Amino acid sequence: MALVTSDNRGLRLAARYATLILVALIFLFPLVFMVVSSLKPDQQLLADTSSIRAFLPVGDISLDNYYKAFDRAPIGLFMMNSVGITIVTVVLSILLCSLAAFSFVFLDWSGRGVLLSVIVATLIIPFETIAVPLLLFVSKLPWIGWEGLEFGWLNTYRVQVIPWIVDALTIFLFVQFFKDLPRELIEAARVEGASWFTVYRRIVMPLSGPVLATAAILKSLKMYNEQYLWPLIVVQDEAHRPVMVGLGYFFQLQIAWGEVMAYLTLISVPVIAFYLVMQRAFISSIASTGVKG
Amino acid sequence: MQRTKLTLGALVASTALAGMASAQTELTLWYHGAGNEVESNILGGIIEDFNGAQEDWQVTVESFPQESYNDSVVASALAGNLPCILDVDGPVMPNWAWAGYLQPLPISQEAIDGHLDATIGRWDGEIYSVGLWDAAVALYARQSTLDELGLRTPSLEEPWTKEEFMGALEAAKASGNYDFALDLGTAWTGEWYPYAFSPFLQSFGGDIVDRDGYQTAEGALNGEAAMEFGAWWQSLFAEGYAPGTSQDPADRDSGFIEGKYAFSWNGNWAAANTLASVENADDVVFLPAPDFGNGSTIGAASWQFGVSSACEHPEGAAAFVEHALQDEYLAAFSDGIGLIPATKEAAQMTESYAEGGPLAVFFDLSAEQALVRPVSPGYVVAAKVFEKALSDIANGADVADTLDAAVDEIDDDIEANQGYGH
Amino acid sequence: MSSKLTRSNRAGWLFALPGFSLLFLFIIVPFFFAFWLSLTNQRLVSPNPTEFVGLKNYADLLSVSVLTLEPERDEAGEIRRDDDGAIAYPRVRSITRSDEFPQYRGMREWFRWHWGDKAKVVIASDVVFMKALVNTLTFALFIVPLQGGGALLLALLINQKLRGINAFRTIYFMPVVISIVVISLLWRFIYSGNEGLLNNILEALTFGAFTPVDWLGSTDTALGSIIAMSAWQAVGFHMVIWLAGLQTISPTLYEAAAIEGASKWQTFRYVTWPGLRNTAVLVLIVITMQSFAVFAQIDVMTNGGPLDSTQTLVFQTVERGYGKQDISGGATISVILFLMVLMISAVQAFLTRERN
Repeated sequence: MALVTSDNRGLRLAARYATLILVALIFLFPLVFMVVSSLKPDQQLLADTSSIRAFLPVGDISLDNYYKAFDRAPIGLFMMNSVGITIVTVVLSILLCSLAAFSFVFLDWSGRGVLLSVIVATLIIPFETIAVPLLLFVSKLPWIGWEGLEFGWLNTYRVQVIPWIVDALTIFLFVQFFKDLPRELIEAARVEGASWFTVYRRIVMPLSGPVLATAAILKSLKMYNEQYLWPLIVVQDEAHRPVMVGLGYFFQLQIAWGEVMAYLTLISVPVIAFYLVMQRAFISSIASTGVKG
Repeated sequence: MQRTKLTLGALVASTALAGMASAQTELTLWYHGAGNEVESNILGGIIEDFNGAQEDWQVTVESFPQESYNDSVVASALAGNLPCILDVDGPVMPNWAWAGYLQPLPISQEAIDGHLDATIGRWDGEIYSVGLWDAAVALYARQSTLDELGLRTPSLEEPWTKEEFMGALEAAKASGNYDFALDLGTAWTGEWYPYAFSPFLQSFGGDIVDRDGYQTAEGALNGEAAMEFGAWWQSLFAEGYAPGTSQDPADRDSGFIEGKYAFSWNGNWAAANTLASVENADDVVFLPAPDFGNGSTIGAASWQFGVSSACEHPEGAAAFVEHALQDEYLAAFSDGIGLIPATKEAAQMTESYAEGGPLAVFFDLSAEQALVRPVSPGYVVAAKVFEKALSDIANGADVADTLDAAVDEIDDDIEANQGYGH
Repeated sequence: MSSKLTRSNRAGWLFALPGFSLLFLFIIVPFFFAFWLSLTNQRLVSPNPTEFVGLKNYADLLSVSVLTLEPERDEAGEIRRDDDGAIAYPRVRSITRSDEFPQYRGMREWFRWHWGDKAKVVIASDVVFMKALVNTLTFALFIVPLQGGGALLLALLINQKLRGINAFRTIYFMPVVISIVVISLLWRFIYSGNEGLLNNILEALTFGAFTPVDWLGSTDTALGSIIAMSAWQAVGFHMVIWLAGLQTISPTLYEAAAIEGASKWQTFRYVTWPGLRNTAVLVLIVITMQSFAVFAQIDVMTNGGPLDSTQTLVFQTVERGYGKQDISGGATISVILFLMVLMISAVQAFLTRERN
């Protein structure tokens, strides 16, 4: 290491960047294809898939597909629905899951081992297998709203939020990261008489920047990208539909691929933006908490 | 959170207002056309006319994406949340009627006089659904291709025989001008398979189930005729005449237009786009299905309107359907999205299906060759089994074993459903 | 661990209860309902009353038998052979569809092997389920190391101090933010047989020496193609988890290692890896669980074909429960899947247990 010359260092740096760029290409090419295709008329889009032109904005380039896509479906509505549902769910999820995980890792109470095993076991249950029972269940559930007591959660936002708030993965994520936090800090705080909630809020949460960001990103992806089957069966009115159900609007017998690509590009924007924001928060949170362990 | 609540509130308020403003009884209609602007506009126009033309009923529509429409309806039925008027795909109707989602449609006889038979959905001796249109399938080709390859142009009266058809495929393949001789549309999974391909099986003399009582598929789907059909079907792919199940959906949409395929087995709904996109529209011809020995047949019955069992006002629903069945609307749908109007009179009012029109042949096909898919609640499952069997055979599975397995599965299903009420 | 300071039944339950009760209501209760369904003949759509059928659904899925086929002999007693010289056997359907053997009725050949001049044929009452089972296990077996290991490499690659590293981090994560349904649609173009993007790229890279492959249309490549795409899509997800784990390792440990003159490998082996223990358990379990739930890719790309080479258990659950309206059959598969994965995770938990 001591013998590294400046030349050598430059070469290493170049090699590092070359690796990074090569890997980046592997991850980018389908997405470039998607964005570029959204600018092309269908005929050209399909013809171009057989050459390098698939990745290049060449030929007859326009925003026509975007205009047509907006005519075809109420995209703004779908995106507002999805973003709203996602934000509410993610915030509640982070709160409830981190509280539960805190209790599993730092508190000692009878039954926690069993309960945690049960929670982890639910990771295995694919949603598809419980969709019908869950549908029958929520269609009868009571709710106290503005008009008093009512039964049935169909065609609402809450039916798209509440069943999704808590999931085993998020709890498990917090559990695994909390295990790495310094236990002495917590015990010290308890010795000084802090309540458990104070410990959670003042000590554990501020140290949990990375896992908070990770949990928020992963949960929001799940809520935004994977909400298809459930809204399909519990929401019949257009006003409550999320983006993935909206994708169906574009699959007519003659698929307008250009519009599909435009729609896909549009609905991906909020998620990418959210990731960028969270990434920044996540890095600054590491910088601020500094040393751990 | 705040915003979602506000939207929700606004929505509640607006529907409440709408309810107060009208003395008409509200009937909700579910439709499969979300995302299809032309279709939505025509339907919207019909509803507007209907709501304005009488005092009793106020129809409102909720549109769904087609690919998930059936799932939405089944889910709503399970949850007890069905609307009054339902749009239902013809072959699925018996299933919904049997399951109790639908009630008979109290429609007057004169409203459906002269309609194509396949546009009337009957189950258990009663009318459950009526359609404004039918769909038909034809063999898309170019006259120039036929001439070049020295092929006889088949007609409704004298369709190609199996030998002629295979000869045509061989000639197209041998010419070397095409990626594939025949485009069957294997990229379109789902209902396309039974709809488009079971008529071939019927033309061979087999069927998806034994229509005598609908209690078994034994003999129909694995008898001699079916085995012969299976071997033929497999040869289409083994000999390289047609692209297999991994066909690119984009090729399905544009392959014939671009000249990649000599022949394309496709529905009338794709005809308008094809005529608009090919270089020489006059060159395109729509040929009837070949006769494999038992006559030429094509599938029939498309989307139709029915009344859900949850509807308290079937007479209102029937009034709406009768209103919608006017020839001008049938013609409007046909002009708008290329479907075959349900009556001759309406056909004459359209651009494409009037005598001498570019698609008139489809009306005749529908009238002459249409054979509805098995009218049984069990069809929904049998169709899935049939689809899988065909794609397995296309991919090289043993014909006899595959058809036997399909028969077993269909029979098990019929038994599990206690004969489906036949 | 259970010092007085941390012993707290009331607070423990209070903190865990809100989360657990939601999970209980919306996942555990419906799952028990699904379990009950698997013991009945419930259809999705039916006017017929539901009946309790015990374990019949399980038997219908899991029954397996072995048949021994004697070679066909001509009149002289010689073994008949086909044109290629292979021994001719009677067809399995002559047994499974014969009234002589009602016990084999409805069963189909799953696979066979030869034993002398006899053929041993394994027949199953539900060959598609068996294939789905094998495919799901294969999928998990390949994707766990591919995705977990690949993600760790990416995380290490991205966890360096370089100008512009954030941009790369974002790019690597990009496929994750796109819905798997969308990704699958895009990759259908990429994998397309004739003029697909992948074939074109490979042809260009090998100067035309590469023969185009129908990636999704061939039984040899379909499952592999889906595995590769799935790994590509989700690897960024696990990169983020690894990264969060890497961030929790104290920089002072690295400084200490540097002072000791540790090599890169030694630093990884003795500082990084031990610090990632909990993360590793998380990643391993999450990938395993996700791989057993594979569905959307199959649904969009292959529908389980060609020839069942990409059938998976969850795809079959949905296909039966919704497509074929056999909700009890679908529920049965999900219960079997649940029990199977529970066993696998118990083994994993045992293997990765804390050894102190």
